[in-house]
Amino acid sequence: MKLHEYQAKDIFADAGIPIPESQLATSVDDAVSAAESIGYPVAIKAQVHVGGRGKAGGIKLASDADEAREYADDILGMDLKGYTVEQVLVEAGVDFTNELYVGVTMDRGEGKPVAMVSTQGGVNIEEVAEENPDAIAREHIDPAFGLHPYQARRAVYDAGVDQSVARGVSSILTTLYDLYEERDASDIEINPVMITSDGDVVAADAVMNIDDDALFRQPDLAEMEEETYEDDLEKKAGEYGFDYVRLDGNVGIIGNGAGLVMTTLDLVDYYGGKPANFLDIGGGAKAERVTNALDMVFSDENVDAVVFNIFGGITRGDEVAKGINEALESFDEIPKKVVVRLAGTNAEEGMEILNTDLVEVEETLEDAVQRAVENAQEASQ
Amino acid sequence: MSILVDDDTRVVVQGITGGEGKFHTGQMEEYGTNVVAGAVPGKGGQEVDGIPVYDTVDEAVREEDADASVIFVPPAFAADAVFEALDTDLDLAVAITEGIPTQDMAKVNKRLSEVDTRLIGPNCPGIITPGEAKLGILPGNIFTDGNVGLVSRSGTLTYQVVDNLTARGIGQTTAIGIGGDPIIGTDFVDALALFEEDDETEAVVMCGEIGGEDEEEAAAFIDEQMDTPVAGFIAGRTAPPGKRMGHAGAIVSGSGTGTAESKISALNDAGVPVGDTPEEVADNIESFL
Repeated sequence: MKLHEYQAKDIFADAGIPIPESQLATSVDDAVSAAESIGYPVAIKAQVHVGGRGKAGGIKLASDADEAREYADDILGMDLKGYTVEQVLVEAGVDFTNELYVGVTMDRGEGKPVAMVSTQGGVNIEEVAEENPDAIAREHIDPAFGLHPYQARRAVYDAGVDQSVARGVSSILTTLYDLYEERDASDIEINPVMITSDGDVVAADAVMNIDDDALFRQPDLAEMEEETYEDDLEKKAGEYGFDYVRLDGNVGIIGNGAGLVMTTLDLVDYYGGKPANFLDIGGGAKAERVTNALDMVFSDENVDAVVFNIFGGITRGDEVAKGINEALESFDEIPKKVVVRLAGTNAEEGMEILNTDLVEVEETLEDAVQRAVENAQEASQ
Repeated sequence: MSILVDDDTRVVVQGITGGEGKFHTGQMEEYGTNVVAGAVPGKGGQEVDGIPVYDTVDEAVREEDADASVIFVPPAFAADAVFEALDTDLDLAVAITEGIPTQDMAKVNKRLSEVDTRLIGPNCPGIITPGEAKLGILPGNIFTDGNVGLVSRSGTLTYQVVDNLTARGIGQTTAIGIGGDPIIGTDFVDALALFEEDDETEAVVMCGEIGGEDEEEAAAFIDEQMDTPVAGFIAGRTAPPGKRMGHAGAIVSGSGTGTAESKISALNDAGVPVGDTPEEVADNIESFL
């Protein structure tokens, strides 16, 4: 789960990390009056869950009321990488001399958290990591002990942070790790930490993503979720609770288990088709979930044909068959051809139940995918 | 022959009184697994289908001489259950549970380095030695005993590849689903090393997927330390960068590592043929035997 910048900043501020004065606004008038009360210059920042807002025109610096109005009007309602901007953060502009990066994330290779500091802040840190990895100082953290203060200091010194602000930056880093652990973050970053002309350190941005699997013990954060979707289909998938990714092809794909669904996508591509989506019904799905999955894929107007690929382990073939029947029997005319492949737990029982007047059945994965690709090609002609 | 589990393995099921625990204990027993005990706090003294339940894993080990555990405990309590398993003299703990917070697993990972117990999972289908024992949720009927080892990050993909092998009469020594989470116990390299040492395993299938760098590390290990031939499969060639495909691990950062391309080329460089389809994986295995 992603938090917005303004939400993360509230949490940072409560923990003692210095942030610039700011106000959230959802209309142009509110944005201008926020700017007036904060005083110019102000940054007007789109609050959407996408990276690279600045480059995409989602962050602008206004030096007077006219600019504040103009920029707030530009940004509110704009489309930023597929997401509509509905709120902006109006924030005091910081007179800075230097920009740093600090962050904590999980190093999956090492199986432990890692704290990072770089003097190359304010830019795309992934690019820095790739082109000049030595520009980022890293400290791996023993999760049983947490980030020791000496480690935070070492990271700050290793990164080459100026002596005069070293204490302030290492204090921010220590606080960030505490928040990372207490709030079950998957990533927590400030890019940039600005060093002001007065020698203070200020968090000018805030990224905080929370581990979805840990939301059960972070109920207050779960409530802060402001989910945004690229389109109605993704919204629907969110409501149904599916792992769903929309793609640009025309073969709808439903399966169980991420590895098998990805493999089905790959095979559609291999046999000359184009996948329209990734949809994993997950483990142990009951009939209703199967019906919902078909509803999802039928709702995508780009889909010309569907392949339903189930290899039951914990998922039972008879439940799947029941769900397919229920979904398809509700139509006078089935909107797109469906190919079903059922194997594994209770597959035989499933095949007996499955209404084969409504679907085509193939025995192997390869045959099922090829058939669906052919169906899609025919339907799109 | 087999690695890690056989019909002598004495299994304790943590969470045996829950829906999943109970159902799959029945399935495991039906397959021939020697389930000797259950462990559920507060349920000590009860029985589940004739299997004695203890309050602690420690007690199950003491009273029933269990040497392996299968964990069907809900995510909120699962890390604690894994710690409990690691705090006994068990040889093996298999965590089926999906959705354990990653930071909990980082702590488990730290503990693993201090104990002798091996962990498989979490978020995995488990391990099976066909004809002898299964610890987990794999559908037993698709497996057949033979001389091919199998290690995979994905449960259903494991079933698919086994199906392709079994259909042409190629049996398996042991199949291990290691799980797709960012932090897991046994990884590809660990499993490959065990298959390399096993005299009966004449070839190994390794099924990977996008995300992380475990497959690249496995390729280096195969290149340097394995004589047993390995055939590979990588899921997620068509996955767009930056999108999460179900598994927490299956996300491509877009920075070059973790992509299907980088995994396939690392494996190819190590002499591992990577099939375009599961059927091709079976072709490749057949050519080794």
